[in-house]
Amino acid sequence: MKYQSQAVAKPYFAFAILLFIGQIVFGLILGTQYIIGDFLFPEIPFNVARMVHTNLLIVWLLCGFMGATYYLVPEETQCELFSPKLAWILFWAYAIAGTLTIIGYLSVPYATLAEITGNDILPTMGREFLEQPTITKVGIVIVALGFLFNVGMTILRGRKTVINMVLITGLLGLAVFFLFSFYNPSSLTLDKYFWWWVVHLWVEGVWELILGSILAFILIKTTGVDREVVEKWLYLIIGMALISGILGTGHHYFYIGTPDYWLWIGSVFSAIEPLPFFMMMVFAFSMIKQRRREHPNKAAMTWASACTIMAFLGAGVWGFIHTLAPVNYYTHGSQITAAHGHLAFFGAYVMIVLAIISFAWPQLNGRQSNSPAAQKVEIASIWVMCLSMLAITLLLTAAGVIQVMQQRVPADGIAIGFMATQDLIVPVYWARLVAGMAFTVGVFMYLASFLVAGRTRDQAPALAANA
Amino acid sequence: MNMQQQIQQPETGYLPGDMALWYFLCAELGVFALLIAGSALVRISHPDLFQSGMAVLHPLAGVINTLALISGSYCVARAVICVRHQSPLAYRFFIATALTGMIYISVKLWEYQSLLSDGYSLHYDAFFTFYFLATFFHFMHVVAGVVIVLIYARALKKNGRNENSISHSESVAAYWHMVDLVWIVLFPALYFMRG
Repeated sequence: MKYQSQAVAKPYFAFAILLFIGQIVFGLILGTQYIIGDFLFPEIPFNVARMVHTNLLIVWLLCGFMGATYYLVPEETQCELFSPKLAWILFWAYAIAGTLTIIGYLSVPYATLAEITGNDILPTMGREFLEQPTITKVGIVIVALGFLFNVGMTILRGRKTVINMVLITGLLGLAVFFLFSFYNPSSLTLDKYFWWWVVHLWVEGVWELILGSILAFILIKTTGVDREVVEKWLYLIIGMALISGILGTGHHYFYIGTPDYWLWIGSVFSAIEPLPFFMMMVFAFSMIKQRRREHPNKAAMTWASACTIMAFLGAGVWGFIHTLAPVNYYTHGSQITAAHGHLAFFGAYVMIVLAIISFAWPQLNGRQSNSPAAQKVEIASIWVMCLSMLAITLLLTAAGVIQVMQQRVPADGIAIGFMATQDLIVPVYWARLVAGMAFTVGVFMYLASFLVAGRTRDQAPALAANA
Repeated sequence: MNMQQQIQQPETGYLPGDMALWYFLCAELGVFALLIAGSALVRISHPDLFQSGMAVLHPLAGVINTLALISGSYCVARAVICVRHQSPLAYRFFIATALTGMIYISVKLWEYQSLLSDGYSLHYDAFFTFYFLATFFHFMHVVAGVVIVLIYARALKKNGRNENSISHSESVAAYWHMVDLVWIVLFPALYFMRG
């Protein structure tokens, strides 16, 4: 690594991977509970397992974004981080608060957790993805402020590039939109309306800025293509992502009590949401084609290029499948949504965090890349994870189609009930569980690549002093 | 063929501006195509709403705006030719382009103010949903176009011409023409087209 302060990225990456493993474990528990309803009941009920699964995802991705920022910003600004000490303090604050929150979810009933954490003073709990106790939310805001201060001061005194400008804009947006999690109106329509300002404007808005900037950074470093070319693509992708993503929020405002014009706004603008992801894919492969160097880290390049394909499929294609209002009328909240959610989060955000870890981790350990043997295992793990996630997505889509055809489309009196439909889908859920296990094998292979990298360290290309 | 000829006569198959920008422009045209297709669908089911909606619009304002944007397209095309010929007039043509955009913005704001004060808004009826949605989205593109043209004109004046100037000026012009093209379709579709 070029700058000593980049080393603070390491604990963030390590903690992110740890939480990722936790998320997968709870994913397997949930997959089993879809088939055996009382599996691990009453210790881990379905609602708790689901909350832990989704919250762990958000927490580890945020942790990965922070690690990526601490790694990327010193190189882009060409100066040391403003305060590595602050980054360490914030890491421990984040890790402790995150761990305590998960322990809280698992050890006491959710209502008790709300009571003991003083939710009645400022009620913010009880909403999907934003289940964190209010004090945890306050902690997240404090960590975010400290993090933005640290990164902002570094950028202010260093070189300003398009990459770090887009990144800091994305991070600022992430912090600002999180503030809407404190707004909890009693009207269910208003509640949902602003809830999406956190959830949608994160994942289909500002997170895309973070994704784009990390991807651009990896491509500049691994392909050696002119920064100007990469930055031009980044501008256009971000422009398109914001044009489609902001008004695309409308696809969440169908049939929830909002005015009818949202049916058109949501349908039209979310129909073009696949385009920035398509552009991202063209961008990545065109940069790789025009590359001016053969970077030894093939695994990082595989993560980055595969990320754009999977993001296009998951966020783009699977998003489009059910985004038009007349379709969404039937598919809303079905397993088709779950299929889209899984592939989109994995393709767009899990893979970009794993891509930057794959690129940065060897450099943080004094090597340009891992040994060829370690990369072989890592690339195999990418294939296993991608293929099994595609299988999960296809199976959940099949489950969703059954659900829509049996439960939603038929007229009243003919349509069968929710639980009866679930019984029909059980064989598909079995297959999904098998695919989930295959994904877990991929995760273990990924972890094994770190062990192989350690064992074959002497075969890895050393990092030049000024590389 | 010498360099001067190459600049004046781009070869066949030459793509003006930047490839990445063309992806963006196609995507933008796709959004407007969806909006126009959506309005066509609603027009089929509610022809009466479209008739009554069109009757309260201001066609003269639309004509002024059409002339403004077409004049802007002429100016930006002349600006690109000036950049190719290394003429200092390029800056002035870019400024003239921005001025035509400002005429459009002023007239459109007056139109919005007039309609809103008469009680027409996004949720008045299906026609006005499309009218405000499509024209405001287009309006934002004109605003962006003016900003882009001004930024580029300033950069051209400050830094002078370099090896990327032709491509950059063509990209700016391509964006402007896209905005113009969309208006030329939107204007008759929303203001005049009957039946």
